[in-house]
Amino acid sequence: MGYIAIKGGETAIGQAQELLEFLRTHSFTANPLSLDQIQHQLHFLHSRVLSEGGLYHPELASLAIKQSMGDTLEAAFYLRAYRSTRPRLSETPLQGGKNMRLIRRISAAFKDIPGGQMLGPTSDYLQRLFRFELLDESPEQFRKIAKSWLQETPKEALPTTFPKVLESLRQEGLLPSVSECPNRPFDITREPIVFPVTRSAALATMARAETGSILAIAYSNMRGYGDIHPTVAELRVGYLPVQMPHLVTGELIEVGEILMTECEVVAMYDAEPNQNTPTFGLGYGACFGHNEVKAIAMAILDRALQKGMKHSPDHPSEDPEFVLLHIDGIESMGFASHYKLPHYVTFQSDLDRLRSTQNQSR
Amino acid sequence: MIQSLTDEAIQKNGASVGVLNTASSETNRYNYQFGFLDEYAKKEVRRTLLKAVAIPGYQVPYASREMPIARGFGTGGLQITLSLIGSNEILKVIDQGSDDSVNAVNIRKFVATTCPGVTLTRQTAEATLIQSRHRIPEKRLKFGQILVLQVPYPDPLVVVEPSEEKRKIMHGDGDYARLWVKLYEDMVKFKEITISHRYPTRINGFYVIDPSPIPRFDVPKLHQAEALCLFGAGREKKIYAVPPYTDAEPLSFSDIPFRVEDFTDEQGNRRTCQRCGSMTSFLNELIDSKGAKVYQCSDSNYCDSQLGDQK
Ligand SMILES: [Zn+2]
Repeated sequence: MGYIAIKGGETAIGQAQELLEFLRTHSFTANPLSLDQIQHQLHFLHSRVLSEGGLYHPELASLAIKQSMGDTLEAAFYLRAYRSTRPRLSETPLQGGKNMRLIRRISAAFKDIPGGQMLGPTSDYLQRLFRFELLDESPEQFRKIAKSWLQETPKEALPTTFPKVLESLRQEGLLPSVSECPNRPFDITREPIVFPVTRSAALATMARAETGSILAIAYSNMRGYGDIHPTVAELRVGYLPVQMPHLVTGELIEVGEILMTECEVVAMYDAEPNQNTPTFGLGYGACFGHNEVKAIAMAILDRALQKGMKHSPDHPSEDPEFVLLHIDGIESMGFASHYKLPHYVTFQSDLDRLRSTQNQSR
Repeated sequence: MIQSLTDEAIQKNGASVGVLNTASSETNRYNYQFGFLDEYAKKEVRRTLLKAVAIPGYQVPYASREMPIARGFGTGGLQITLSLIGSNEILKVIDQGSDDSVNAVNIRKFVATTCPGVTLTRQTAEATLIQSRHRIPEKRLKFGQILVLQVPYPDPLVVVEPSEEKRKIMHGDGDYARLWVKLYEDMVKFKEITISHRYPTRINGFYVIDPSPIPRFDVPKLHQAEALCLFGAGREKKIYAVPPYTDAEPLSFSDIPFRVEDFTDEQGNRRTCQRCGSMTSFLNELIDSKGAKVYQCSDSNYCDSQLGDQK
């Protein structure tokens, strides 16, 4: 047949896939990337994909990055699609960020915090100058760096957990008291989101948001389309234990740990009509992997959305529908791509309307 | 029909899940089960479908899983198809009316891979399940057939109200006043209703649906249709239905009738398909190799069968 160019697509699709595979594999050195290289040397890319994919599977996240040739939207998409094939078998008990095995924690609110600031691996103070010596690196150099770092590190044992900065603020009465979470967490992967949504549903949606999208909306609030004016009370990166009841005894046991980033911001206080003493407002952000900018953006938007849910939203970043329905990378990327699909029928229909309307105006 | 389909699907899918659970070797650690989705996901979609059939035209929210094809490429339709399909199904997939459009080919290939045993067909009359984007086949569907339409925008009110929360209240109240005003404003401004496709259609006298981006030409086919029509919006996470023998009326004023796409030429004759000669089908406008404008059926199977009949 072939009377529409894009028809007869079976062979064309096949060959396009082969060409893509050629693009992925052709190089002068012909060294395939190993999953280990991706997870460690592309630490932040890997973290981003884990978080946007919404499935904590470091091995498959690496495979997704490899398969998608480093496209973050596509890589997260692979994880999401795979997640659809997995049943939810059980729920783990709630965990607080306090139980994290930390690799980094900082506070912008206080110079001295209980337990101390801990910079950890950060690029915050790097001067972004090229290190041209990395143009040609050898595996020996990798080993040398590791060896010297491990030798020089003091063997002193760190405490397993650190107190949260917010705890001291709370003790001083500067924060609203914590009310027990009345409901089970909302699982956005199993229940439809129907507006108005709970804060739990909003947080879950933001936790797997596309980094650029959530940052852009949070930035609009920071710049003036909003007035959260946050202070980072604490930002922590570390490994959070995952617990499950033992199959026989029912006793909680640790089955593993996940790398997470958590951010708590305090914002200028919000006068409560039925509350005598004003307190700071709180915003919370957390996601899989090491993604500090995303966690900060999420915490700011959490605060902004709480404001918008209570009063009516004054800015896009305070509107739950605007924020939550536009930050998912898999959805926005998919819909943008779909415009590449044939639209012959609807376009024919558009032509009919335009010609007819033109005739009317003649 | 749904009942027998679901039972069948549960049985078939249950069996293959059993196989998956016993798989232990390193190579099939990440194998995919029959119908790709996990069984709880399929069950949720089937429950949502039952509710949608029970309340014709009502958009039932559901969690909507991510599919291995992109959002906007038919993930809503595909979730319905995979939740209903059993290995004895005869499936047809079309896009723009054509079985050979790239997206149709891709979806068909995916179903063939993940649903072994399913029969694939191009014949509209033969199919028990038809997944389609942008068209309802020319050949009238029969009772027992299921048509699954892929939906980008499930809510007809989105053109007048961006907030989903507010739209939900408007639907509940049967408040379509702003939609009527939009149609009226069109008449005042352009002397024509400018909605070309996705024409708002009232189902069973109450809810107004977006019938998916089918042309106006296809909207009357929904009215008192024998087949069950299911609509899946994956990205927007809604499912709705027009059950068999249900009224489907495009919104129109009593003095301005609803009109389908006009295929009459300058001389006032109905244009015909240059390939099969059909004078009744929806036509695609094409530019041939000499630069001339020609018309052909958008429904490729219909066009082929018309040609076959002539031989
Ligand atoms: Zn034809």
